[in-house]
Amino acid sequence: MNAVTEDLSVNKLTPTRLGLAHDFPILARPVHGRRLVYLDNGATTQKPEAVIEAERRFYRESNANIHRGVHWLSQHATDLYEASRVTVQRFINAAHADEVVFTRGTTEAINLVAQSWGRNTLRAGDEILLTTLEHHSNIVPWQLLCEQTGAVIKVVPISDAGELDLDAFDALLSERTRLVAITHVSNALGTINPVAMLTAKAHAVGATVLVDGAQAVAHHKVDVQALGCDFYAFSGHKLYGPTGIGVLWGRAGLLAAMPPWQGGGDMIRTVSFEGSTYADAPQRFEAGTPNIAGSVALAAAIDYVSAIGIERIAAHEHALLAHATAALAAIPGVRLIGTAANKAGILSFMVERIHPHDLGTILDSEGVAIRAGHHCAMPLMTRFKIPGTARASLGLYNDEADIAALVAAIHKAQDLFGTRSTAP
Amino acid sequence: MSNIDSNLRELYQEVIFDHNRQPRNFHALPEADHHADGHNPLCGDQLTVYLRIAGDKVVDASFVGHGCAISTASASLMTEAIKGKPVAEVEALFRAFHTMLTDANAAENEAQPELGKLAVFAGVREFPARVKCATLAWHTLHNAIIGAQAPARTE
Repeated sequence: MNAVTEDLSVNKLTPTRLGLAHDFPILARPVHGRRLVYLDNGATTQKPEAVIEAERRFYRESNANIHRGVHWLSQHATDLYEASRVTVQRFINAAHADEVVFTRGTTEAINLVAQSWGRNTLRAGDEILLTTLEHHSNIVPWQLLCEQTGAVIKVVPISDAGELDLDAFDALLSERTRLVAITHVSNALGTINPVAMLTAKAHAVGATVLVDGAQAVAHHKVDVQALGCDFYAFSGHKLYGPTGIGVLWGRAGLLAAMPPWQGGGDMIRTVSFEGSTYADAPQRFEAGTPNIAGSVALAAAIDYVSAIGIERIAAHEHALLAHATAALAAIPGVRLIGTAANKAGILSFMVERIHPHDLGTILDSEGVAIRAGHHCAMPLMTRFKIPGTARASLGLYNDEADIAALVAAIHKAQDLFGTRSTAP
Repeated sequence: MSNIDSNLRELYQEVIFDHNRQPRNFHALPEADHHADGHNPLCGDQLTVYLRIAGDKVVDASFVGHGCAISTASASLMTEAIKGKPVAEVEALFRAFHTMLTDANAAENEAQPELGKLAVFAGVREFPARVKCATLAWHTLHNAIIGAQAPARTE
């Protein structure tokens, strides 16, 4: 431990500490009698009091169904729901609030694009360009679409560092490419992809671009107009908001031309048994009663993050990532998987002769919550010829004490397994 | 020692480390007449169990594959435990093993002496997420005995 601390001081890394853990009630609860060290933010983030309170307050003061009641409370709930849409619009700098479709999360947003835009657009032989970095939720919806349309998937490979092979991207991109679906930040490795540049190249051959932003929105500023992409999907629960609410942003022109993908109330203009006409976007894609409380709480999460400043959060996490990377690299037997030059706060690693699941159990005994496994990115694990990794993923409340706890817990695992190196 | 630390010691006993580091019967069995695959895709644990059954007796058993310490040690100790035993006894052992891992009352049930060295896995019961690691080899063994074609899974 001492050696590690000294090494770091030599590196002159001075991680910031936002000091906001007290905003998150769950972080005060012990686990196994120990302080909870929550490093599984890539799976889901914890919720600040402001978000919990917003959801509670909605049900206590504002609950009614939206877009249908003449009574005051229904109008009030509708106003809150639509105000949340505007909050999202501003957060990602969308041109219009109508470009923001509420979904259950990133997965549903991507499925929406596949089943509405994709089924209406793709033909046999058309190509969808993915990357090895993709989460299953940005692979399987396209495979389903390919079965339905005869389109085919092409995959951009990555380097050993976990960076996209840009030459291969150029080589695979062609007039046959109708869609490029790419993650903004790799959930398993943390690699930040050069989305704006890739989008420009894709547009040059006439392809549409969908960006999976699930791991990106909480960690750096996302400006969909600056990125230039056509669709952007993300989840509320990885942004300190509740589960069950997410966003599909789509260009107005694209959304306007897309058919509905689910039928029901709220998405229609008129219904008769001879046929129905559909509402405009975004309502066309929001069949049934949506997660109204979730949208309000998501807006509260965005307000919370914005009040801190997303750039400040990004700077904090970047500094903490550098600190944690050095701290893990200093442990003999630890190998980092994913060492891209441009990374978000995700550390995937292997500990020599300790399987990730054994490691996960032992870390948990110290109150350190990490993810162990394939991270819903099996093709990526296959690429590295590993069954899975241990993954520590950072959030705005993490600090050096959490990294110290992680390092100490890894040492405990190595002690238990008898694999701790005594070499300097 | 805190409760969780004593549970952890119960889970990771020296016998388990020993069999994880040096798994016994860890090879393919060319003369096997039964074999089956086991795969827990979420964990990545993967193994093949080989058996040679003569009459009603398991005369040889081995495995290959990879997994966590619990899964590897379980497969290793299993192959040791079943060699030379009648098939019916092997299946009974599987049931007793499974009960020990999943039934909270099994701890007070002293009447399971036939488990022998396999009793080191009793600590797994305190870690419900790891039961699937300890039982994968056994489910695969069962499939090998009954000649099931689909890979065994415990998740």
